[in-house]
Amino acid sequence: MYWHWLKGGCLLAGCFLLAIIFIKPIGVSTQFVILGGVAASFVDDNLVARDQTAKSGYRSSNAYLNKSGGKYAKSVAEPLNYGFVFVIFIALGGLIGRLTQNANPGKGSGPGIKQVPDCHLQQFGDNPWGRYLLAFCGGVIVLLGARLAGGCTSGHMMSGIMQTAVSGYLFALSAFAVAIPTAIIVYRK
Amino acid sequence: MDILLAIILGTLFGYVLQRIGAADPDKIIGMLRLTDLHLMKVILAGIGISSALLFAGLLAGIFETVHFDIKAMYWGVIIGGLMLGFGWAIGGYCPGTGVAAAGSGRVDGLFFILGGLVGAGLYTVTYRYIEDTWVLQQVFGGKTTLVTTGHASAIINLDWSPILAITLGLLMLLIAKVLPSKEG
Repeated sequence: MYWHWLKGGCLLAGCFLLAIIFIKPIGVSTQFVILGGVAASFVDDNLVARDQTAKSGYRSSNAYLNKSGGKYAKSVAEPLNYGFVFVIFIALGGLIGRLTQNANPGKGSGPGIKQVPDCHLQQFGDNPWGRYLLAFCGGVIVLLGARLAGGCTSGHMMSGIMQTAVSGYLFALSAFAVAIPTAIIVYRK
Repeated sequence: MDILLAIILGTLFGYVLQRIGAADPDKIIGMLRLTDLHLMKVILAGIGISSALLFAGLLAGIFETVHFDIKAMYWGVIIGGLMLGFGWAIGGYCPGTGVAAAGSGRVDGLFFILGGLVGAGLYTVTYRYIEDTWVLQQVFGGKTTLVTTGHASAIINLDWSPILAITLGLLMLLIAKVLPSKEG
């Protein structure tokens, strides 16, 4: 159903190489901040504003969006930028990937998709809302951690280790050190 | 031009994440439980191949390092990494794979993104309480690489250091090869 590991590894490597050669290393988690900022800026008109004295040309009343010369403030004000559009189109790629993939016969609903994954089914039963709740909570913690770390699996682990970044190695070690025992305990069945 | 690149590379990345199984919680949890190492093999091979080719390209002078960029090392990288590991193991997604999964039609991927927006929002509003604390203080030289790329201070900065990076990349590829595989 999924690609052979070597084929998958080559194509994954291709993505990261193309990105770093032509534009910038792949990263995803920053764009969760930007999307949240875009939503918040509808409610709070003063969240981001033009400021010629700022390095990016924008400032924010929020300390995080205002950091590094208003880098994030600018992305919130002008979301049609490379990083944001890149992440939006990951979703389209996911859809194309699924539609072109051979369905796993006799399993689940839709072509090769089970709305409640087997690991969840065996541990917590078939109520989809239990799965959605865990995914939601996981999302909260993952993004809190990713923002504190300054990057996620893509930015730190893949893009970082590819360039032999010290932060990338230590991030990967920390993430797996917790993720492996947690998964073993939570999904033990 | 940037937007066109974003569309092409974003779509390609999402497509690859889906086709390697990285957007499938069963494959992610299987990897973390060490019962199905297929995804681990793909990730190790992906990093190893990209790193080896990157430094081989540098050594041969095929491309410029203008877009190289790494993240600084500070205590938050470790604390955040530990937190991300916990959320990753219970939710089954990381940010990129959650987006690909939602796009592929997985409803739990959508809930992961909603949770992610809450988490990122919480960090955004609480950042001012930690910005001047030890959590964000750079350690181990901040932006440091093991091998010189010309874009960060390097621990090993010698003529043969790209060879070391290529060797490390090939070593990761080798580990990917010897790890046990499970079909499906």
